[in-house]
Amino acid sequence: MYVAVKGGERAINNAHRLLAEKRRGDRDVAEIETSQIEQQLSLSVTRVMAEGSLYDRDLAALAIKQGRGDLIEAIFLMRAYRTTLPRFAFSKPVKTAEMDIARRISATFKDLPGGQILGPTFDYTHRLLDFTLMANGEEPATAHTADHPVDETMPRVLDDLLNYEGLIQDEPNPTNDDAPVADLTREAVKFPADRDLRLQNLARGDEGFVLALGYSTQRGYANSHAFVGEIRYGSVAVEIEPEELGFAIDIGDIELTECETVNKFKGSKTKLPQFTRGYGLVFGQNERKAISMALVDRAMRAREMGEQVMGPAQDEEFVMEHSDNVQATGFVEHIKLPHYVDFQGELELVRRMRAEVLERLAKADAADAENARSQPEAAE
Amino acid sequence: MEQTVNNPLEASSAYNFAYLDEQTKRMIRRALLKAVAIPGYQVPFAGREMPMPYGWGTGGVQVTAAVIGPDDTLKVIDQGADDTTNAVSIRQFFAKTANVATTEKTAEASIIQTRHRIPEKELREDQILVYQVPIPEPLRFLEPRETETRKMHALEEYGLMHVKLYEDISRHGHIATTYAYPVMVDDRYVMDPSPTPKFDNPKMDMMAALQLFGAGREKRIYALPPYTKVKSLDFEDHPFEVQSWKDECGMCGATDSYLDEVILDDKGNRMFVCSDTDYCSERQDAGHRGPQHHDQPLGTSHSNGKAAE
Repeated sequence: MYVAVKGGERAINNAHRLLAEKRRGDRDVAEIETSQIEQQLSLSVTRVMAEGSLYDRDLAALAIKQGRGDLIEAIFLMRAYRTTLPRFAFSKPVKTAEMDIARRISATFKDLPGGQILGPTFDYTHRLLDFTLMANGEEPATAHTADHPVDETMPRVLDDLLNYEGLIQDEPNPTNDDAPVADLTREAVKFPADRDLRLQNLARGDEGFVLALGYSTQRGYANSHAFVGEIRYGSVAVEIEPEELGFAIDIGDIELTECETVNKFKGSKTKLPQFTRGYGLVFGQNERKAISMALVDRAMRAREMGEQVMGPAQDEEFVMEHSDNVQATGFVEHIKLPHYVDFQGELELVRRMRAEVLERLAKADAADAENARSQPEAAE
Repeated sequence: MEQTVNNPLEASSAYNFAYLDEQTKRMIRRALLKAVAIPGYQVPFAGREMPMPYGWGTGGVQVTAAVIGPDDTLKVIDQGADDTTNAVSIRQFFAKTANVATTEKTAEASIIQTRHRIPEKELREDQILVYQVPIPEPLRFLEPRETETRKMHALEEYGLMHVKLYEDISRHGHIATTYAYPVMVDDRYVMDPSPTPKFDNPKMDMMAALQLFGAGREKRIYALPPYTKVKSLDFEDHPFEVQSWKDECGMCGATDSYLDEVILDDKGNRMFVCSDTDYCSERQDAGHRGPQHHDQPLGTSHSNGKAAE
């Protein structure tokens, strides 16, 4: 017998309890501390900060713990917290030229002023599972410190080295540091979108999505071949300038990865050919995201460069409307919510259409039979 | 009521009344005023990230948060029902963050947030109906680009929509849209009524209550002020018509409400029951009975429901 489904409230509360139980796992295993996540899963932490658009390592670690290691869930938790925070100041643009460098490499020059600084990287490791980590037998290696510190004003490959010869396009340099910058968390996105908005969207965008789009530009879905001019990773100071002070104060350091690509050149019979640029900037050490972002940034400059839009990465509406994983996961997963009212409408229509077809067929059959009966009579 | 486990909203009063900060509410109210001034026009607004996922009604929640006051009484329905999980969750959210009274009775609510239905009971001037909208753009599936669809609305260029409806008729013999059936608002804007079944479209026309629509992910708000003309698109020779059922509600015997189909077993037995739970229970309280009501032995004839009326 049908009993209307009641008691959803109790079921939900119990589901939440079960979720908490599953998060904790086997109680014979020590509970993970957020400080352990913060220290030892630091790349998860920085991804959550980057796509959660909130630089707070402790909160990101908490979000990862609460989200049971599901990083999109953690990003969602960060976003929902971030949205409630008041804005008390806007920072000055950070100066990545003055970054305290931990890693800096260029793929366009074998050696260059400032040198190739490898820093912490997976790049040349052999991906062999290290079973000593599992056996808790880790003997942490301590890295040697270089004899001399890195160049304090590490030259930028694109601005200081390539641009010296005029080989790379000039970036329109905002003359005023205080010029307004678009913020898609405070204003609905309008198209066509300017580059500041596009870059913000990519910086928050899902790493996997931006990676796949960047990859697609390398496989012919946009013709903007790229070299990595420079990647730098390290910490920069964040400064704000309170109105009542009139000068900037340092409020702390953040870690950033910056990537500048040197792309396919442009020129004509009358104009000197020049390389073009793509730009990526992301919290923490995340070169995959920074490079992908630079590739997609360059691809989305198609309109500005007068290029034909032939791939999805060049289509700013397509990219920007689908890059946000919190939006995407919400909308994709919402189809598991009840839809029986709408489905009922479809059921009713399909049944009616089927009935009409059957009725028509039956009528046609009857007419055929009628014809068959009347034919012999007509022959008589 | 049982305690919700580990709910941070409960643990701290770090959140403003109805969750959103006052600056954000002001921004949403400005968008709402514009929407009311231009019925059916989609107003972009700076939708915020909410603590529930996109697709779960973040637009509706933001609109409700912007219009709700401490004296309001809130009703939340999903698929017409107060007891579906998402309706329960949103109702709890406002009960916690705004400490407002909640109700399941349509008549007692001052604000009704809904997903996919309009209550069967006629709404009054002192009520607000807030719709959760997934895709606010009625032309989206004809033209994916926002730049294009905004132009089409600006130029009142709705030919494409009529062509689509015409193609439905030539292909299926019917307009094959059963929900989110497009409407013309005040003879100007084509609007998506949100995925309510077309059964509900006529209720929107000249409704006494204020109707507000919030699309969180798409960051759009639109509105129908009270007593606005809302016409479902159709053709003279193929007039708009709503769904109808051969059956009545198995519980209350209603023949005028939207019915959900409930599968009873694996032998093809099914019954129909009102999607609007409040409407159905009110009728049952008033003594109306359908053929499958638990007071009644299964399989009694339909006339039982009629006899109770």
